Formats: sequence, C-alpha cells, structure tokens
Amino acid sequence: MNSATFIQHMLNSLTLGSLYALVAIGYTMVYGILRLINFAHSEMFMLGAYFVFWGITLANLPWPVAMVIAIVVTATLGVVVDQVAYRPLRDAPRISALISSIGVSFFLQNVAIVFFQAIPREVYRPQWLENPIIMGGVRVLPLTLFVPLLSLALMLGLIWIVYRTKAGLGMRAISKDIETSYLMGVPVNRIIALTFGIGSALAAASGIMWALRYPQLQPIMGTIPGFKAFIAAVFGGIGSIQGAVIGGLALGFIEIMTVAFFPDLAGYRDAFAFVLLIAVLMFKPTGLLGERLEDKV
Amino acid sequence: MLEIRDLHVHYGGIHALKGVSLDVPKGSIVTLIGANGAGKSSTLRAISGLVKNKRGRISWNGTDISSKNPVDIVKSGIVMSPEGRRIFAHLSVLENLRLGAYSRSDEAGIAKDIDWVFELFPRLSERRNQKGGTLSGGEQQMLAVGRALMAAPELVMLDEPSLGLAPLIVKEVFDIIRMINSKGMTVLLVEQNAYAALKVAHQAYVLEVGTITLSGTGEALIADDRVREAYLGG
Repeated sequence: MNSATFIQHMLNSLTLGSLYALVAIGYTMVYGILRLINFAHSEMFMLGAYFVFWGITLANLPWPVAMVIAIVVTATLGVVVDQVAYRPLRDAPRISALISSIGVSFFLQNVAIVFFQAIPREVYRPQWLENPIIMGGVRVLPLTLFVPLLSLALMLGLIWIVYRTKAGLGMRAISKDIETSYLMGVPVNRIIALTFGIGSALAAASGIMWALRYPQLQPIMGTIPGFKAFIAAVFGGIGSIQGAVIGGLALGFIEIMTVAFFPDLAGYRDAFAFVLLIAVLMFKPTGLLGERLEDKV
Repeated sequence: MLEIRDLHVHYGGIHALKGVSLDVPKGSIVTLIGANGAGKSSTLRAISGLVKNKRGRISWNGTDISSKNPVDIVKSGIVMSPEGRRIFAHLSVLENLRLGAYSRSDEAGIAKDIDWVFELFPRLSERRNQKGGTLSGGEQQMLAVGRALMAAPELVMLDEPSLGLAPLIVKEVFDIIRMINSKGMTVLLVEQNAYAALKVAHQAYVLEVGTITLSGTGEALIADDRVREAYLGG
C-alpha cells in the first residue's frame, strides 16, 4: 500500500467515523439523561435523508436549503417522539420506555415504507462534491473532506451548547440528578425535549451525509448504521459525549482499515462492529470513558 | 407567609401525611422535628411541588400553590435544599451556584448574588473553580445553602442540613441558618438534631407518624417534658 492510498483510507475512515459519531452522540445524550436506549434514533437518520430527497425533488429546493430544512424538521420530530412516546412513561419502569422506543422505531420505518415506498431511491449529489481534486498527489473526493469538516463544525456547536450555555448547564445537571435539578428550578421536561431535538438534528445531518456517500435511500437504511453508532456509543462509554465521538471515529477506522489491510475480510465488514460490542461488554462494560453502569437496561 | 392546612400525602398505599397544618411567618425560623419516617421530608417535598399526589391547602403569600410544579414554586420564591445536600459533584462550585439561579434571568442580579454568596462563605470563594465533589462535607453543605440562596428566595427550606457532619461543623451549619435569617430570609428547617433545631427556631412543630402532635416556640418545646423524653434524650 502506498502512502497516497493510505491517506485515502484515512480520509474514508474519518468520513465514516464522523457519521457514526454524530449518530452516537444522540444515543449517548439521551441515555445520559433518561437512562434510555432510544431505538427510534436510527429512524431520525433515515428520515433526515428522505426529507432532503423530497425537498429537492418535490419542492425544488437548492441542496443546502433542503438540508437545513430537513434537519430542523427531523429535530422537531425527535421532540414529538419524546413527548408522545417517552414523556408519559417518565415515571414508569425504564424497560417500558425502552419497549416504547422499539415500537416507535418499527412505526416510523413502516410509515416510511407507506409514504416513501420500499423501492430504493437514487439521491441527487451536488456536482462539487463529486469532482475529485488532487491534493499533493492524492486524489481526494471533496465529499471525504466535506463530511468530517461539517461533522466537526456540528460537534463544536454541540460542545458550545453543552458547556457554554444555560441550557447546557441544565443538561449536565439533570444527567446526574433530575430531582435536584427540578428543585433548583431547571425546567426538566423542556431540557429533555431539547436533548431529543439536538440528538435528532445530528442524526439527520449524519443520515443526509450518509446518503451523499452511499447514494441510495431505503426505509431501513437507518438500522445498520444506527446499530453501529450505538455500539460506538457503548465502546466510548455510554453517557459520555466525548466517548461517543471517540467511539464513532474508532469504529470508522476499524471498519475501513480492516478491509483495506485484509481485503479477504471485506464480506465480514458489518460483523466487526458486533464483535467489538461483545468484546467491550465482556472486558470493559463501561467503555472507554463511561461511568459504572450497574442498573442499565 | 406560608400557611398549610390539612395537608395529606399518599405514596402508593402509604398515608404519609394525615392532615398537617402549620404556619411559617415571614422572617422567622420554623422547625419541624420528629423521628425518621414521621413525614418531615414529605412535608417539604409536598410544598416544593415534587409530590403530586396530595390534598389540602398550601397557601403562599395568599395564593394557593398546591398544584404548582417545582419550577413555578422556585419562581414564586420558595426553594428547598434537599436532604443529603445533593450538590452536583461533577460541576464546579460556580456552576452549582449558577444552577441555583436557573429560574432567574437577571444576569446583573445573579452576578451580584454570586459575589454575595462568596462573601457569606469565603471558603467557597477560594474553591470556586473546583468540582463540587472535591469539597468537604461542611463545604458541600455551604454550597447547598449557597445554591439555594442563588434562587433569590423569600423562603428557604432545609432538609436535614446537619446530617452526617462532624459536631464542630454542625455548629457552623446552625450559625449559617441564623445568619441567613438575619439577612431577612425565612427558614423552614427539618432536623433530626432536635435540640439544635429548637434552639435556633422561633416556632417549632413536632411531627409523629404524619400528624402534628405538638407546637410552640422553640424555647417552650425544649422545656416540654414530652419533647425532652422523646427527642432530647430525657
């Protein structure tokens, strides 16, 4: 393998890893606050991609506008899902909300099949993302730069919200002690809704960029990336945003590099993540940066 | 002032409060003493809006607040510092204080009150950027009180502020209670340390299995034989 190919593999790993990381953040933030694994999260990834598709084909919107609108709509939907499917179960046993999230996941997938149809659809890709550019002798797709850069910008925005704003302070407080936060005047339900909104927006952004990279839309397209992002969140230490980012990037590197160095294993590509999950749960169940997790669902 | 009339609280099948009535006049220190499980914390949790399943009237400055949620209760000027201090161990001292001011949006007033809390508790000021979890028990209690004060309340409810602290620190905690009261704060104090609580209180109530059995001034109850026998070790 020469250095040019290696750099390409690195960029591909970074692209894939960023996409996992963005989705993993949503899993980890919701888990951090509600101790809920939100299985419906992967459908936000799928819906975000579809919304862009419809924005472009039906409303004739320019691509960036369609992307922003799709993210906003998906974020709103994430809030609605919380209000309808999880909020009434706040005082119920944790397993109830978990089952509710599985129900929401199937529901949204099937709604997508009804409205968007099950046939895979081709995605429009802006030309400027497709024309390779040569950088220092390496042929680079602008997309493999665009995805990590936009992801980085979104993550910096997230860190700013979590560590520099009042709502972020509220999030960090309720992730440790909901009742005391409530007693101090933190509007807990509003902060939880905001968390779902942010997580869903990031998942939508990831789904949209995923559709640029693997340009095909399907109602079940969120399932496998969603599982992998969840594994990334567990690997990084569920509940930790930094952990989710590290876990996502690590998983991206593992997948791309294993296939790059051992092409014979390419067929097992999807299995790596699950092997990693089993290994993490067996040897370091708290993940890289996680806290103790004795009463996890 | 706070007036509670015939307050009942149920947890599942347990009737925790069976018609509690009490008054907390403006500017006073009122204490609620009683054994474990008598319903002291339930009373505070009901006032602060955490307990939804309740009956009776909780009137604050003339308006009924019994159906309000905790956020609105804090905004109305009542804040509760929960049992066990419950400070946010992973947040800095400063962030803990900012969190106490969450219901406010007057940035200038918040900054002024942070300075004021640091003036009251110079030890917190020295540790303002330290994580709450690194503080000693006494400092954590100061932080819990300071955090409650940051809501700019009229009434501060303290649930077992001396619990688990060394005797010397306990004395300090009661000094703090006297001090914040002298700054104009009304205090409703729940304590197991009955003697110290009665000493500091203007008015006191004895709670037994969900019912008020005795009330009077702090001094009167210290002198009362029934109180001496049951709570002050004879």
